Amino acid sequence: MADTQTAETDMKILDEVVIQITGMHKWYGSFHVLKDINLTVNRGERIVICGPSGSGKSTMIRCINRLEEHQQGSIVVDGIELTDDLKNIDKIRSEVGMCFQHFNLFPHLTVLENCTLAPIWVRKTPKKEAEETAMHFLSKVKIPDQAAKYPGQLSGGQQQRVAIARSLCMNPRVMLFDEPTSALDPEMISEVLDVMIDLAGTGMTMLCVTHEMGFARKVANRVIFMDGGEIIEQNEPEEFFTNPQSDRTKLFLSQILDH
Amino acid sequence: MTDTSMSSGSYPPGQHPDFPPPKNLVGPMAWIRENLFGSVTDTILTLLAIYILYLIIPNMLEWAVIDAVVDAASRQECREISESGACWALITAQFTKSIYAFYPPDERWRPNLAFILMFVALGPILFDKFPARSKMFFFSIAYPFIAGWLLVGGIGLESVETTQFGGVLLTIVIGVVGIAFSLPIGILLALGRASKLPAMRTLCTVFIEFIRGVPLITLLFVASTMLNYFLPPGTQFDLLLRVLIMVTLFASGYVAEVIRGGLQSMPKGQYEAADAMGLNYWQSMRLIILPQALKVSIPGIVNTFIGLYKDTTLVIIIGLFDVLGIMKSSLSDPEWNGLAAEAYIYTAVFFFISCFAMSRYSIYLENKLHTGHKR
Repeated sequence: MADTQTAETDMKILDEVVIQITGMHKWYGSFHVLKDINLTVNRGERIVICGPSGSGKSTMIRCINRLEEHQQGSIVVDGIELTDDLKNIDKIRSEVGMCFQHFNLFPHLTVLENCTLAPIWVRKTPKKEAEETAMHFLSKVKIPDQAAKYPGQLSGGQQQRVAIARSLCMNPRVMLFDEPTSALDPEMISEVLDVMIDLAGTGMTMLCVTHEMGFARKVANRVIFMDGGEIIEQNEPEEFFTNPQSDRTKLFLSQILDH
Repeated sequence: MTDTSMSSGSYPPGQHPDFPPPKNLVGPMAWIRENLFGSVTDTILTLLAIYILYLIIPNMLEWAVIDAVVDAASRQECREISESGACWALITAQFTKSIYAFYPPDERWRPNLAFILMFVALGPILFDKFPARSKMFFFSIAYPFIAGWLLVGGIGLESVETTQFGGVLLTIVIGVVGIAFSLPIGILLALGRASKLPAMRTLCTVFIEFIRGVPLITLLFVASTMLNYFLPPGTQFDLLLRVLIMVTLFASGYVAEVIRGGLQSMPKGQYEAADAMGLNYWQSMRLIILPQALKVSIPGIVNTFIGLYKDTTLVIIIGLFDVLGIMKSSLSDPEWNGLAAEAYIYTAVFFFISCFAMSRYSIYLENKLHTGHKR
């Protein structure tokens, strides 16, 4: 993980499909938020999803772990189809890690307890083992010394790194990031991005909603552009940035890259 | 470069050390100046308050302490010793009765023991540093049965009719039972009302709204008279038990609404984070949502409990004599007729001590549970 030089070679994309979304639609009341989404994610892919606000990008990744319910089409995660079956939903959620824009750490628990909670209660890991795992990942995100503190005592960047470590403690097969750096001060963005880049180097499958185009160029193998609830365009980062196909994408890129 | 610093010692940028605050910001004199004589209005109000205290306190002290009589056999005797002082002899004479009321004198060690054991049972629940806490929890769970057995008797103890309960004993029984059982029921009602299941939600909402829409006195009347019409004839259903059930249900309706407020104050992100980890409903409620929701609900919950505790005095309406009822009845005793002030002050002091203790505990708990950034 430390060796970013070899990151390129470690970031192998396997033939195995992890997420398969077919013909998925979603409505909020009568508002059609997601329209005919088709997406296949292979193991090891690092996908960055961008687009203007309200384009449905967050909603889409939140459908993958059923924080939002879709009304049509199918979503299959790791071979399990998302239906109303609560058992399946909990199973998928325990395999899919998620980081939120506002971190959503549990303020009444210490950093360490935040990290061990799900392993202990969902995976039934013995407490001691869960704590060792937690300390391992807290060192990976470079804050092992904050383990005994409460989230309210940490800076935004530290909190987001704890949130990443907390997800990793469940040993997830996929990580979803919902604008992980949007609520951070500029000084703290890079510390979080560094952790995410390291994570990509371990071969983790990642779906990341973000406006950090530098991050997209560096680690993504695919960039998806969404607007009005549809996937407008997807391509390799280099192609995507230098040679966008649709006018909507060109306009979007010119707005975010031109300053 | 503009130099606006006025001190002689200047430091290179980024090297400025922390100085202590100016002297007039700290210490008791600063406090007095800031709080009592902060402005002209403050000064006038302070002086006015001191004058009012000067008018009231000496008279009060004279009546309650200096001229007061502690030992006398009747009101008559009191007045012979002191014309104008308080006759605390009433309290001295009625003290035992105000505590045990009609409980058989030979059996009074039982409520005493139950009262002492109550603290042993409450300790591990209220304080997390209690010795052998996890083992003592079993005692806490067994305590209601032990206390019930001690108070009512049966199985090796002489049985005492609940109609003989009264005074402080009755107040504490109703108060503690109401508090102990209304909290869990209230939590379940609040979760039910916030639930996604329509039948569950409707049921809990109807129950809560019914309880809140009806005065406690009405419920007590229902308990004492009407319940007999609904139950099959000949059913023996203890009056005190019926009162306990009604008081508990009444308080749980209020507790439920307070907790629902706490649940609604929780950011959506906490539910989502708990869900996203794969915790099931009961796990996320117990581990994530309730600890936080209950914490913000503490002032409201304790408020409800204090209200409930004081509402126990209403049982006088259906012929039970709590501490207030006993003191009131002792006023109709010809020996002590007319000492209302003393009787009511005594009752007020009793309630104040109990309620103030609850209030202090809630503050202790809030401080203990505070995990945010506190400077």
